[in-house]
Amino acid sequence: MTYNSLDNRINRLHQLSIIIISIGLCVSSDVFGGSTLNDVKKKGFVQCGVNTGLAGFSMPDSKGTWRGLDVDSCRAVAAAVFGDASKVKFTPLNSQQRFTALQSGEVDILARNTTHTLQRDTALGLNFAPAIYYDGQGFLVSKKLGVNSALELDGATICVKPGTTSELNVADYFRTHKMSYNPVVIESKDELINAFFAGRCDVYTADISGLAADRTIAKNPSDFKILPETISKEPLGPAVRQGDDQWFDIVSWSIYAMINAEELGVSSKNVNKMLKSTNPKIQRLLGVTAGLGKSLGLNNRWAYNIIKHVGNYGESFERNVGENTPLGLDRGINQLWSKGGILYAPPIR
Amino acid sequence: MINNEVTDIIGPPVMKNGWGAWINRNLFSSWFNTVLTAICLYTLWLIVPPLIKWFFINAHWNIPAEECRLGDGACWSFIVHNFRFILFGFYPFEHHWRPALAILLFGIITLVSINKNWWNRKLMYLWLVTFLGMAILMKGGIAGLTPVTADRWGGLPLTLILSVTGILFAYPAGILLALGRCSKMVGIRAICVGYIELIRGVPLISLLFMASVMFPLFLPDGVVINKLLRAQIAIILFAAAYLAETVRGGLQTIPKGQYEAASALGLSYFQQMRLIILPQALKTVIPSTVNIFISTFKDTSLVVIVALFDLLATTKASLANPEWLGFSREGYIFVAVIYFTFCFSMSRFSINIEKELNRGY
Repeated sequence: MTYNSLDNRINRLHQLSIIIISIGLCVSSDVFGGSTLNDVKKKGFVQCGVNTGLAGFSMPDSKGTWRGLDVDSCRAVAAAVFGDASKVKFTPLNSQQRFTALQSGEVDILARNTTHTLQRDTALGLNFAPAIYYDGQGFLVSKKLGVNSALELDGATICVKPGTTSELNVADYFRTHKMSYNPVVIESKDELINAFFAGRCDVYTADISGLAADRTIAKNPSDFKILPETISKEPLGPAVRQGDDQWFDIVSWSIYAMINAEELGVSSKNVNKMLKSTNPKIQRLLGVTAGLGKSLGLNNRWAYNIIKHVGNYGESFERNVGENTPLGLDRGINQLWSKGGILYAPPIR
Repeated sequence: MINNEVTDIIGPPVMKNGWGAWINRNLFSSWFNTVLTAICLYTLWLIVPPLIKWFFINAHWNIPAEECRLGDGACWSFIVHNFRFILFGFYPFEHHWRPALAILLFGIITLVSINKNWWNRKLMYLWLVTFLGMAILMKGGIAGLTPVTADRWGGLPLTLILSVTGILFAYPAGILLALGRCSKMVGIRAICVGYIELIRGVPLISLLFMASVMFPLFLPDGVVINKLLRAQIAIILFAAAYLAETVRGGLQTIPKGQYEAASALGLSYFQQMRLIILPQALKTVIPSTVNIFISTFKDTSLVVIVALFDLLATTKASLANPEWLGFSREGYIFVAVIYFTFCFSMSRFSINIEKELNRGY
């Protein structure tokens, strides 16, 4: 079993900090009763916690502009609140820091490819907005290994990132199937992948969206394959603090608005033309029929602004992770319910 | 008695100078050395030509990532396309000249300071002015410069700010702590010993963690202290504790007679320290002081833990770009060269200072 000593140290600190944070939360959980919306309006920007660099979800481009699906969900909220998708500041967070940053009020939204789980929803005091990407954990193996199913992995050495649900899922999966494995945990994804390609472990496990991207790095990507088993459900969505329902609603409905827009065929390109649409659903979405923005504490143009400045869900998907990006993910289950996927947004009315 | 026999004729001495002799003496003096030399040469032959091939001959300098992946040389295109983000992080793209100029100013003032003849009060003011200029350049807000908040600082300027500020504040703090630890006053000594042992007893990473993860939870709602400042304070606290012990080592080399002579002159405690003891003590410990400076410079890369984007972190972020996934070797070599340049300069600079001060024992 190989451990990176630094990670080990961080992990121990992490456990300690979780304990102390939990104690701290008991004391301070009602401190954050104030309105996040008012704070955000007063500051003039949305503070958003994102990943320090995850292809397709949140990462800076060569000019230092943040891009990705998670980043777009933050921009959507900024567009809804301010009518300007650029009024957002990003705080890059690692997987250990992310919850503290949200709990302590350092960020208003945590959009850091975070899986919605019961534990996080309750004990950590978070509220999860609808998932913006339904992921699942899989296994990447070298074809040379001659393995066709995850059930043949007994005794394998597995590269996995520490402090993630992936680490826990793989432990569960192997316990359920009475198999043994040796974990190799490395915090830096880059080193983790290189360790895998260098043959330090037989299997690399992570969310399938990530596996597809990481396979492209290999000298010869066709030497590697993703095993058919998906061992977990990973609904990735933005989270906010518990205790501020208004802010939670704004973040949730910003995402619903993007999904509804795709369903109704409204995109950033045709949104101005759609203002004249006679379809009552589109009229309600774009605020032509007044009154719906007000119940969120926003103006009537909130959804129009999201679509105008960020785009609908499909546009965001194609721009960040879709077929024409280096990640080349297909929509899969992240397709509208009407097209065979599971994206189903409640109606805006 | 006269010896009439002709003595053996002694030939001219074997050449003892020059390349040939040196090689003969050091590399092929015995069969064992010859074998060793052969093995070394063979190993070099195995390593060096492929490296040169990878670094230069097969390297690509400015082509898209997909083409780069097919080649078998280094892909310096990654650096060419991303160096501005690596060097300056999230600093607004169109204002990159500002941090660049700030670093240039810092380089110039450092070069100026090498010459001992220019060490005087004016130079000190010049340093102050330079720092002020750098701060204005980075922060903006006056003289028509757009303000740029500290959370957008990153890359090389951030690394330099954290380490230079860290060293500047930690050095005096370390001296005071060392004096405190040697003090005869029990209270002060206890505080200093406690501080030094406490800070030395934990890794820097845990201090940074405390500063970034724990500290905000104890603050009232809405009060957010700049992350940069929090990390900076942690680095200062850490470096000061180590410097204190180094300086104490220097203080112990000063013979008791020096203290007594200083007292005999009627100097107060602080005069004694400032005029007699410290100038000698600090001079002796220059090498280990610089050692700490260098490690402080490198330790700043740990701020990635608190999600500040120093030089190493911006490189890692560039490597996460899906277009450029997998060029980590090139990226890390690039930052290694930058780190080495700075650390090596620091070490040469200290050798220079040692020579100038020319300590006579």
